Amino acid sequence: MALKIVKGSIDRMFDKNLQDLVRGIRNHKEDEAKYISTCIDEIKQELKQDNIAVKANAVCKLTYLQMLGYDVSWAAFNIVEVMSSSKFTYKRIGYLAASQCFHESTDVIMLTTNQIRKDLSSPNQYDTGVALTGLSCFVTPDLARDLANDIMTLMSHTKPYIRKKAVLIMYKVFLKYPESLRPAFPRLKEKLEDPDPGVQSAAVNVICELARRNPKNYLSLAPLFFKLMTSSTNNWVLIKIIKLFGALTPLEPRLGKKLIEPLTNLIHSTSAMSLLYECVNTVIAVLISLSSGMPNHSASIQLCVQKLRILIEDSDQNLKYLGLLAMSKILKTHPKSVQSHKDLILQCLDDKDESIRLRALDLLYGMVSKKNLMEIVKKLMLHVDKAEGTTYRDELLTKIIDICSQSNYQYITNFEWYISILVELTRLEGTRHGHLIASQMLDVAIRVRAIRVFAVAQMATLLDNAHLLTGNMQRMGICEVLYAAAWICGEFSEHLENPMQTLEAMLRPKVATLPGHIQAVYVQNAAKLFATVLKNQEGNTDSTAAQETSQLMIDRLPLFVQSANLEVQERASCILQLVKYIQKLQQKDVEVAEEVCALFAGELNPVAPKAQKKVPVPEGLDLDAWINEPPSESESEDEQPKAIFAKEEPKHSRPRHTEVDEKELARRREARKQEQANNPFYIKASPSSQKAYQEAPGVEHIPVVQIDLSVPLKVPDIAVFRPAGLPMSDQYVKLEEERRQKERADKKKKEKKKRKEKRSGRGRKHDSGPESEEDITPAHMVDIVTEEMPENALPSDDDDKDPNDPHKALDIDLDKPLADSEKLPVRAHRAAEAPKSPAEDGEAENAASQEPKKKSSKEKREKKKDKDRDRKKSKEEKKKKKHKHEEKGEDLLGGQADEPVVQSEETNEVAALPTSTSAEVSDLDFWLSNAPVPSNTQEAATVAEAAPVPEAASGTAPDSEPEEPKDTEMEETKSSKHKKKKQKKEKEEKEKKKKKKHHHHHHHSDGGGEESVQNGTVEEEEPLPPMSNYCLLAENSYIKMMMEDADEVYDIQGNLQDGSQVVVSVIFENKCDSFLKSMEFNVLDSLNSKLQRPEGSGPHDGLTVPFQLPPGVSNEARFVFTVQSIVMPQKLKGTLTFIVKNEDSSTHEKLDFKLHFTCTSYLITTPCYSDAFAKLLESGDLKCSSVRLEGVIMPFHHLLARICFHHHFSVVERIDSCASMYSRSIQGHHVCLLVKTSGQTVSIDAKCDEPTLLGNVLDEIKQTFSQC
Amino acid sequence: MIKAILIFNNHGKPRLSKFYEHYNEDTEQQIIRETFHLVSKRDENVCNFLEGGMLIGGSDYKLIYRHYATLYFVFCVDSSESELGILDLIQVKVFVETLDKCFENVCELDLIFHVDKVHNILAEMVMGGMVLETNMNEIITQVDAQNKMEKSEAGIAGAPARAVSAVKNMNLPEMPRNINIGDISIKVPNLPSFK
Repeated sequence: MALKIVKGSIDRMFDKNLQDLVRGIRNHKEDEAKYISTCIDEIKQELKQDNIAVKANAVCKLTYLQMLGYDVSWAAFNIVEVMSSSKFTYKRIGYLAASQCFHESTDVIMLTTNQIRKDLSSPNQYDTGVALTGLSCFVTPDLARDLANDIMTLMSHTKPYIRKKAVLIMYKVFLKYPESLRPAFPRLKEKLEDPDPGVQSAAVNVICELARRNPKNYLSLAPLFFKLMTSSTNNWVLIKIIKLFGALTPLEPRLGKKLIEPLTNLIHSTSAMSLLYECVNTVIAVLISLSSGMPNHSASIQLCVQKLRILIEDSDQNLKYLGLLAMSKILKTHPKSVQSHKDLILQCLDDKDESIRLRALDLLYGMVSKKNLMEIVKKLMLHVDKAEGTTYRDELLTKIIDICSQSNYQYITNFEWYISILVELTRLEGTRHGHLIASQMLDVAIRVRAIRVFAVAQMATLLDNAHLLTGNMQRMGICEVLYAAAWICGEFSEHLENPMQTLEAMLRPKVATLPGHIQAVYVQNAAKLFATVLKNQEGNTDSTAAQETSQLMIDRLPLFVQSANLEVQERASCILQLVKYIQKLQQKDVEVAEEVCALFAGELNPVAPKAQKKVPVPEGLDLDAWINEPPSESESEDEQPKAIFAKEEPKHSRPRHTEVDEKELARRREARKQEQANNPFYIKASPSSQKAYQEAPGVEHIPVVQIDLSVPLKVPDIAVFRPAGLPMSDQYVKLEEERRQKERADKKKKEKKKRKEKRSGRGRKHDSGPESEEDITPAHMVDIVTEEMPENALPSDDDDKDPNDPHKALDIDLDKPLADSEKLPVRAHRAAEAPKSPAEDGEAENAASQEPKKKSSKEKREKKKDKDRDRKKSKEEKKKKKHKHEEKGEDLLGGQADEPVVQSEETNEVAALPTSTSAEVSDLDFWLSNAPVPSNTQEAATVAEAAPVPEAASGTAPDSEPEEPKDTEMEETKSSKHKKKKQKKEKEEKEKKKKKKHHHHHHHSDGGGEESVQNGTVEEEEPLPPMSNYCLLAENSYIKMMMEDADEVYDIQGNLQDGSQVVVSVIFENKCDSFLKSMEFNVLDSLNSKLQRPEGSGPHDGLTVPFQLPPGVSNEARFVFTVQSIVMPQKLKGTLTFIVKNEDSSTHEKLDFKLHFTCTSYLITTPCYSDAFAKLLESGDLKCSSVRLEGVIMPFHHLLARICFHHHFSVVERIDSCASMYSRSIQGHHVCLLVKTSGQTVSIDAKCDEPTLLGNVLDEIKQTFSQC
Repeated sequence: MIKAILIFNNHGKPRLSKFYEHYNEDTEQQIIRETFHLVSKRDENVCNFLEGGMLIGGSDYKLIYRHYATLYFVFCVDSSESELGILDLIQVKVFVETLDKCFENVCELDLIFHVDKVHNILAEMVMGGMVLETNMNEIITQVDAQNKMEKSEAGIAGAPARAVSAVKNMNLPEMPRNINIGDISIKVPNLPSFK
């Protein structure tokens, strides 16, 4: 056997491996394809062998060939084989190959489900990792559905390496299987606070990606993100969050107000350009969302613009580019502040970097005003001339047109100038945008009545010089403008000075070389012109002229009748017959002009772009119904579309041929020769054709310019319509300036007059608006014809979203509690991985991390849990039924309202509760309502911390029921937050203590002063991450009490003069299988700290815990303490008495406990910015103290995180191994720390205005670290 | 989201292509060609962002690239990524420097012959189009751990194969191996092109 292995491996070493393949390809440069095809043959042989190593090697090579563009999908099954190898080496090769070439329509993918599931649960983390990585590339809806639950389990894996991958891949799963979003979301949210920065970053990444597409569903996460933003030091995460806020602010302006300050501070303090840039970007987004109503943000705008200017002036092209990009966003709402940097932006137009020039162009768009439009466009025209490379020139061209035409030609005061600009643009070589220019010409000519005379004149010149546009085949794009020119000349022919000349220009034989659709317009408009000419000539009583015109038409039109283009041919033959008829009438001396004109009477108005779409479907009309039954298939077979052209052409021309006399034929031949002569592609047979062309009747007097194609086309035309020296548009610029000056002078005069007759003057002035640029009146009466809309058009303007957008399916309300049916599909036959509710998974994980020693017998625990869950479930259902009358469907608050807590402790609360519709929403509202008070931003940050626990963030939501983990999402997150020590026994009770501010529930809005801090704590805490904030208070065989020390601290300076309140929440867990009731919580008050008791009760009376605990249930209660002095830690003795009720008996029991109020529990995490911090230190009011910690072996950022978490500090600044930190007590003491680390020694220098407090805090910090 | 990561040399030869969305092979090659075309005609000292590239994405997408000695590193990303962040990701903090560490002064040859390893490194950094890890040390730790596993799996049986491949590699053309692409300032002037 061993021999066989060795032999196999010796064989293998002469196989071609990837390196050999690459080398071979490089050595066969000449016949690469051939070499590769032999390699592929070899690979096919290798794949047939049984040896997995050989197969893996072959697959590895295939992956390389795939990169070179070879289709390797035929090996998909072999890839699956390699994936399922038990060796990591081969597995990795297989998954890599799969990730490169599998996709949704790869059919073998469905074979992989079980393999992937196996790998996901592999004990080797890298097997799992490789599977996750591969899956992220080829996940299909089926795989997503089948594996969602497995991946979700992995989100709570003990290894952060797996956790982060699992979190990240969830996004892909959501995309493919949107139903998984809601069940998985609570856990995802939880991962935002994962102790591992990588996992946290992944969660932020996923939520940002989700929120970007459907921001409104994620608004409720804003407080949490706000907290992350103020606490995170990872720039990558910060950037993501800040970008996310950029997407959220448009939906919630109050959020913007809250963000402005921290963002501004970040802008000032950060040194990372990427972060600075994103901050500026988001501030801009905020400012846009606030654009009305907040007057005081000019400073922020100025700051942004100023920072952006620095970026733009930077020598780094990247910063320049981004600066311009961001500037263009400001431009939309605050054009004024950008306009002052016009110089800079115009300067960027000269940059050698095309990307930067394009960005600068974008900016120009918003910077134009009536005043500077001409100047800017003039500058752009210069660039157009200079620009090399057609893409940039085309871009310039479109920008010029965009700038001029924006908001209905708002900034154009002189349309003659604009038309001349358009005409100048037609001289661009090789532009693709002839069509754009043409549509502008049409638009202006149609919509600005006053300009028609001028436009028609210009277009006539253009038509006259059409050869300049069409001569060069390269310029075919531009000949589109002839379409516009011809149409304008025809439609508004009454304005033509010399219609006859234009008519001749339009009937030149060369026209036949134009694209068909343009010819068609030529022919049609020639007819219009003809009508006008006839009308003029008949007025002259000179009938011969009119007849000559008809003759001209009859002479020229046959050229078009022969056109290969159907449209041209049809129109031409129609009109030809018409003219012939007219000629007959003319010969009889009948006046026809009137009637011919009638053919083209009436005006064409522009139609709004969406007009067609907006016509409502009349009632009773079914657009999908057949009007006629569709013909049977056999019939349709007869109709061969091809035949239409082949047969029809002769049909059309034959009857005409019979009519044509000899003379016609000869003429037509002549015409054809002319055409050939003019066609540069036609190889002329002999010089005689040239001659014939010269002699052709009626042609001599047309000024045909022989085109020499080698000569650049700019030259000859200019003289025709350009005064010497100046380009035409410049002329208008000058004229316009003169006009404006004159106008100004006039105005002054008028003003003087007005002063005399003040009243009328005021009225007028008002009309012209306050801004000076508005004073510039347009040169003409600009009558912009508005676009027509159908009657009863639908007002909605919704541009439908792409129905195929995969993100549409993810537009899911995440705040709604989970329904029972919303569970991830789970395979039933695998007991070990039987379904778990997310909350329980979370608990499992927490439990595991909290007490790592008890990791063993995992499966057992899981099984137990399952049982437990089932039991719980049935209980829940019972309970639900019981309380159904109180619950409003799935409404969380309704569900919570039946909690006894509410009834007893704060009865008034109940009334307040049902009014709010959703806990999260009201949380958010509450969080946001703090916004206007600037000092509250810090508090908000702290509130945010508690946000996932609904009752923590706002007093509106009362305690919820941890014993119903599956009932609502929020409960899930919460219950998993509580680090339950679950695995010991199933029947436990929990209790939580929280402090509440009574007033708050009366007046939701007066909660401005409220603060809450979720507190890490205390000595008996398990110190390793994940850090938890619950500690065991006391425990006996019946009940366990866990306390969240000073869970929320309310600063009530506004309400109480002499002290502060501390809220402690305690979780009561019923550990026995009896019913616990009549619990009374009592504490022996000290001088300094007192339990707040309801009015009327004595100082030694206990508080009734407002609920009863069935077996296995836990619940939390909050107790409020009044504290006088906070400089010393306190211990309070207390007793819990309760009755244990069995089926047959009931006993009275009691449990003693000690409440420990540490000094840090009086601190509130308060962000502070470096400048304020420096001032504070300089002020000199602070007393100094320091402490030294030895033997601390943890990374510095962990250390900081620990201090932040346990002791409520925030990092002000961090430089290498040194950081400054800040916190504030509930009574307003400042505490500043300077933490330095070198090796295993950490020294903390601290300053505080209360030395005792400081000393105690430092002691506590020391204690925290001595435990780890 | 990152839509694609491409590495190709000065002649447009692909050295690594990772698409986070499925395209067929021909389209992929076309995208590489087009991207190369767009990127290669830009001067050295212009900005590293590029719009357009109609094949991939559309207006929401940007190409963010860096050019080192003989190689172009191109990321195609949408607007949810920070431009400067991705630039940093390519060089300053992560990708190139990790390659440099893993290959010890990486040069184009390493990428040519060990594209699978580059894929493995990339997989620790970007997953399914989303940035997984930005901490270089963490990436290197994970990559090393996996390589170690691979080695231990190969065991004795792998030894002869390794020996043979070492012999094979001796025939490699002598290439300058001191091109430190982590540091742009060092450029080897007469670097042969690897077509």
